[in-house]
Amino acid sequence: MTEQPRLAEQNAAVLLPEPFVRWFGEKGWSPRVHQLELLANAQGGQSVLLIAPTGAGKTLAGFLPSLTELANRPKRKPGQAHPGIHTLYISPLKALAVDIERNLGKPVEEIGLPLTIETRTGDTPSHKRQRQKLAPPDILLTTPEQLALLIASSDARRFFEDLRYVVLDELHSLVTSKRGHLLALGLARLRAFVPGLQTIGLSATVAEPDELRRWLVPQNPPGDMAGLITVAGGAKPDISILDSRERVPWSGHSARYAIPEIYEAIKEHRTTLLFVNTRSQAELLFQELWRANEDSLPIALHHGSLDVGQRRRVEKAMADNALRAIVATSTLDLGIDWGDVDLVVHVGAPKGASRLAQRIGRANHRMDEPSKAILIPANRFEVLECRAALDANYLGAQDTPPLIKGALDVLSQHVLGVACGGPFDADLLFEEVRGAAPYTALERETFDRVVDFVATGGYALKNYERYARIRQNKDGLWRVSHPRVTQQYRLNVGTIVEMPELNIRYVRQGRGMAGRGGPVLGKIEEYFAETLRPGDNFLFAGKVLRFEGIRENECVVSNGAGANIIVPSYAGGKFPLSTYLAEQVRGMLADSDRWKLLPEQVADWLRIQQEKSVLPKRGDLLVETFPRGNRHYMVAYPFEGRLAHQTLGMLLTRRLERAHARPLGFVATDYSLAVWALDDMAALFKARKPSLGQLFDEDMLGDDLEDWLNESWMLKRTFRTCAVIAGLIEKRYPGQEKSGRQVTVSADLIYDVLRSHEPDHILLQATRTDASAGLLDVSRLGEMLSRVRGRIMHKHLDQISPLAVPVMLEIGKESVNGGANDTLLMEAADLVEEAMGRVE
Amino acid sequence: MNFSLSRATLIAEADLVGIAGERAVCDRRGVLYFPDLRLLAVSDLHLEKGSSFARRGALIPPYDTGATLLRLQSVIADYQPRIVVSLGDSFHDGGGAERMHLSFRERLEAMMAGRDWFWVAGNHDPEAPADLPGETVRELAIGSLLFRHEPSKMRIEGEISGHLHPCARIVQRGRSVRRRCFAGDGGRMIMPAFGAYTGSLNVLDRAYAGLFRLETLMAYMLGAERIFAISGSMLRPG
Repeated sequence: MTEQPRLAEQNAAVLLPEPFVRWFGEKGWSPRVHQLELLANAQGGQSVLLIAPTGAGKTLAGFLPSLTELANRPKRKPGQAHPGIHTLYISPLKALAVDIERNLGKPVEEIGLPLTIETRTGDTPSHKRQRQKLAPPDILLTTPEQLALLIASSDARRFFEDLRYVVLDELHSLVTSKRGHLLALGLARLRAFVPGLQTIGLSATVAEPDELRRWLVPQNPPGDMAGLITVAGGAKPDISILDSRERVPWSGHSARYAIPEIYEAIKEHRTTLLFVNTRSQAELLFQELWRANEDSLPIALHHGSLDVGQRRRVEKAMADNALRAIVATSTLDLGIDWGDVDLVVHVGAPKGASRLAQRIGRANHRMDEPSKAILIPANRFEVLECRAALDANYLGAQDTPPLIKGALDVLSQHVLGVACGGPFDADLLFEEVRGAAPYTALERETFDRVVDFVATGGYALKNYERYARIRQNKDGLWRVSHPRVTQQYRLNVGTIVEMPELNIRYVRQGRGMAGRGGPVLGKIEEYFAETLRPGDNFLFAGKVLRFEGIRENECVVSNGAGANIIVPSYAGGKFPLSTYLAEQVRGMLADSDRWKLLPEQVADWLRIQQEKSVLPKRGDLLVETFPRGNRHYMVAYPFEGRLAHQTLGMLLTRRLERAHARPLGFVATDYSLAVWALDDMAALFKARKPSLGQLFDEDMLGDDLEDWLNESWMLKRTFRTCAVIAGLIEKRYPGQEKSGRQVTVSADLIYDVLRSHEPDHILLQATRTDASAGLLDVSRLGEMLSRVRGRIMHKHLDQISPLAVPVMLEIGKESVNGGANDTLLMEAADLVEEAMGRVE
Repeated sequence: MNFSLSRATLIAEADLVGIAGERAVCDRRGVLYFPDLRLLAVSDLHLEKGSSFARRGALIPPYDTGATLLRLQSVIADYQPRIVVSLGDSFHDGGGAERMHLSFRERLEAMMAGRDWFWVAGNHDPEAPADLPGETVRELAIGSLLFRHEPSKMRIEGEISGHLHPCARIVQRGRSVRRRCFAGDGGRMIMPAFGAYTGSLNVLDRAYAGLFRLETLMAYMLGAERIFAISGSMLRPG
């Protein structure tokens, strides 16, 4: 890097066309080193990855190669065909594309560049789409889904034939999901159209830049990497952990204790951004802040379940600096410019060091001023976690998740999309797909099964030949068999599958279900609405709402009040603790020298644990057993995150059941899990029936896991997502609900039938892979079990230990779904029998 | 052959439900059996629903017909009924019987052999199924019972119908359980759908308005091991 700056400065005049040099001059700016470096690389024909923190002028850097090239483009002669797209910009968020249009339009206008910039998102009206097809803009700003749609049209090759650059924004967040897989496949397709295509990736700091560098260039044969330009972080952020005057609670996530102190901080700053991890936390925090808001400061709420109009209003107020504080979930994580934030408050533990760094980057979009942030741990373990994350952020440690192999449901969607664009040759498409980084290791046999699936469903029972969606003709090419197939594809494109949701419809109080016509406040997951009783009060959009009932696809509510308020839970809102942070927390527990960095009350807690029980060494797994009431408890502290712990809890209870310990239930947190049973588990371990080592043996990931998986609701949920993405069942659209449950085929029923008749079907295979990585976190559990082999420390106690209190307090808050729903039916039926005698 | 013994072990006196004076077993597998008549009723088989979807481009697994027939075979083997009434929507559409794979057709015919078999016409399959034995009827009266596909708006004591695919939902300890169910009030009975791909509609939905005497409404919810009789007042919509 040291040689580069001078070199780049000398090159500025050479690299930049005259109008650009003048523009920089007029602004009193000079091009940044990394901007020129990127330009030089791109002009040299290289694809590039730019890693830079927010505020480093990433966007302009990403577009400079396109802008300079377009500036030098000869004018179109009359009668000459309209050129195709020159640059494609892809971002994960619609809002980001719109934002860029605004931010890029300004310099383009000021420099006086003769070029057109347009967006194309789900909101773009159809006349504009059509016009874009006929007269493409030079720069098109869009999303991965729209790219998939463009590729699937018959004029795609013509549309993209002049394409020079693809700029991929927020690449670090795109690549970790199935959207990233879809995008990688789309990119491979674009390269088939235009072999010389160059890519420019813009990313926040990541743990493994090489993964992204490979992602940006063809991987067939594998190994090539894009160039890398890294911009060091700006001023060191000023982060502190709230050292509360109040008592930090043992458990829970509300951080209610800290509200007065948070409110003080808001008052002392211009604009405060408050981050929380889940929507429920956002609702609670918002409610509590308003309760404390004696000065009626403008404080707003922003999360993904709120009505879009409401969200846009909040975003606008934010950009206009009209708000003093905004409570937000990850919807605001990405790089949109949000006015003058001078303080970030992170409520709850950040769960990952990189996530914390990115969120803190929100404050003060200028690189040279330090960002200011306060972490508010909601409970004692979170104090440890915050401390660990804080150390990590200073050290620059990164824990972004590793990339996963390309999903087969996404590949199925892509294969159909390719066919919709025109006939394809399977051999060529296979080679093309392997050029996409997530699919480099794809085997031909799997690919052929995917093609078979797309054609006829890929079933062993060959019943559907005559209904094939794509067919191989005599010329060996695969073609769509019916125009309807293309229509269906277009309606179902994308990888974002929402869980069934109900609109929340507000009616006047007292009207009950008869009320009509009030506003829609947002959406709520169906399964939450189903647990409500008419008259129940719950918290949503910062209001207390009274549940009136469910009408078609709507959850009808009125003004509510009262003390017993329920907070909706949202599945998938919780991030698990990152492996890196878990390791740091374990290290901190083991090293009493580091406790002095902790608040006094937390250090005391650890000291008492040391006296009453023991603290595990860094690589050890501590397992405590103790009796309480008429139950026996076992508490283990793996620190591997809630998902992995839930899976572990499920598997341990199965094993304990077989060992006749009569387990009754378990509960898991990010840090530990507790299992309780009627029998004395410590006695069993002592008699080696089984030993603790046997109980935690890795072989539980074999048959036990398989058995449990098959019955798990998580697998059904995952299957539904895979089936929608793969195009087996159609997406549900609002309003379709009215046609009634009895008309559609539910994914659960399909799952049951497919599992019993063709357990090795490719879609079930995809489902199991997804579930292992996602909701179950099996790989992480596996690594943990292998790490602690021979290193399990058992401590039997007469009573509960200080370290066990947090997880024990969770018991009852979260009931464990053991699968035995019949027990609940039995209870209900028994109630009837009790009241009315045996039913005749 | 030991029918009587196997039937005796299947039917405990306490499990019998009264419908207009006739005694019936609500089997947890979703069929209704009248021991005195040796009559088995099953509703909404929706055979060939999978291929019906496939025809329109949704290639859902083609195993639904096989799965449904297998379950039907097992209840028929257990009860050995003299009469079988399929209460309509036996096939998902008019062409269903024709599309059915030969092996399934043979399995179905084997089940039908030696017993009286009635296909009640449904809205999905108003015509007689192609090339299959059995008698197709609009409705069927036996004793004090009347079998038809759609429940009639007028109250008819002893009416056994299907069509609506009833399910019921309860919330117990904060958790929601939804199951297919038989819905009855002592006078009429609406049967759950039997087909592998058939969804269901809550008995508290508007579609059921006026069909039941609410004070005696019972939902017999299908469990893994047994039926659970839940009184109407405990049920939840949705």
